Amino acid sequence: MIAIVDYGMGNVASVSTAFKRLGYEVVLTDNVGELEKASHIILPGVGSFQAAVKEISERGLKEPLQRLAKEKPFLGICLGMQLLFTEGYEGGTSQGLNLIPGTVEKIKTPYLLPHIGWNGLHIQPGHPAFDPFQDKHVYFVHSFEARTEKEYLVASTEYGSDIPAIVQKDKVYGIQFHPEKSGEVGVGILKAFLQEVK
Amino acid sequence: MIVKRIIPCLDVKEGKVVKGTNFVGLRELGDPVEMASAYSKAGADEIIFLDISATNEGRQTMVDIVKSTAENVFVPFTVGGGVRTIDDVTRLLKAGADKVGMNSAAVANPELIAESSARFGAQCIVVAIDAKRFDDGWHVMTHGGSKDSGIDAIEWAKTVEQKGAGEILLTSVDTDGVKDGFDIALTKAIVDTVRIPVIASGGCGKPEHFPEVFEKTDVSAALAASIFHENTFSIKEVKDRCTLQGVNIREA
Repeated sequence: MIAIVDYGMGNVASVSTAFKRLGYEVVLTDNVGELEKASHIILPGVGSFQAAVKEISERGLKEPLQRLAKEKPFLGICLGMQLLFTEGYEGGTSQGLNLIPGTVEKIKTPYLLPHIGWNGLHIQPGHPAFDPFQDKHVYFVHSFEARTEKEYLVASTEYGSDIPAIVQKDKVYGIQFHPEKSGEVGVGILKAFLQEVK
Repeated sequence: MIVKRIIPCLDVKEGKVVKGTNFVGLRELGDPVEMASAYSKAGADEIIFLDISATNEGRQTMVDIVKSTAENVFVPFTVGGGVRTIDDVTRLLKAGADKVGMNSAAVANPELIAESSARFGAQCIVVAIDAKRFDDGWHVMTHGGSKDSGIDAIEWAKTVEQKGAGEILLTSVDTDGVKDGFDIALTKAIVDTVRIPVIASGGCGKPEHFPEVFEKTDVSAALAASIFHENTFSIKEVKDRCTLQGVNIREA
């Protein structure tokens, strides 16, 4: 059973359907007991970093999520990926889950923001599970980006500068783009995550 | 680098995709969710639904279509048509739309753009601008392109951006339905004015028209309806044509 954390930040129907399509049972929940029973935890999210931190704290989810991320495969998607980092500056400075060292800052680019649309993936060496997605296009919608160490980078995309697209530390993965909106490639990437992390 | 987007548009009336112009001689083409799903599998980068229902029942049906699309289609989709209030925006986003388009209501009340953008983020607010050429420049047209608002389209595009729109869907009333290519002059004028993505619409009659608008303007995306319907041309034919002419697109 995959648990998708439903904490009031954006629509989770598409994320849920994507996993169901892969043959998994899915539960949408903000209940710690349900999260503890799950095989994988998915943290989605659309909106601002500060608002999301507030929603997580008010539901008493911060400590449980930090603890469970050490025990089982954990995937943050879009804003959920940004929340994995130490600190974010959208809507003022606020503390993230600090599961991967780094900050979340406004994208530095001469191009238009938000960064909306299909962009290519550059998979870093040493991540064979993601090699099939080299140069494949996935759908991005965001104005903020993670700034982290190269060792946590699985894939990046180019938009005037290199933007982290997939990050990983131990059992914790983060995906900046929307796999649930990225056609067959997106579903393939979710599958790679499910198979890679045990 | 980010690619140019190819977007099929589906006109939906009372729950069915229809084809026809100016609300006369409408012909039913099929089920919106099935058609959107087929287009996404064929390589469409995004889908736009334009609800032209005349009744409240029709608009309620659209909400059900949005829910079903969110569960069955794995590319982003936008819903426009009949969006008048922030409650309409909320209802469509909650049902699972990625973006909501607004047109006449935004002209009547530009604060609708600001309120929607502040509440849900600029990335999900698309403002549709229907423009028509007059002696003194392009005017914004409302009510399906039939009514001249007297507002200068370039000035309106600036306002729309400043109010918080994430994207502009620009339709040329002059070239719409003519099938002789996108309105290059209008598209270039708007794209060069704003710092948000613009989708060109109106006039596409064959695959070659897509690379033409991408080569001659910096537009982010281009939309067509009729050429994709009834398999006149496939998304793949359009993308192959773009690739051939050196336009950076996502492989179909």
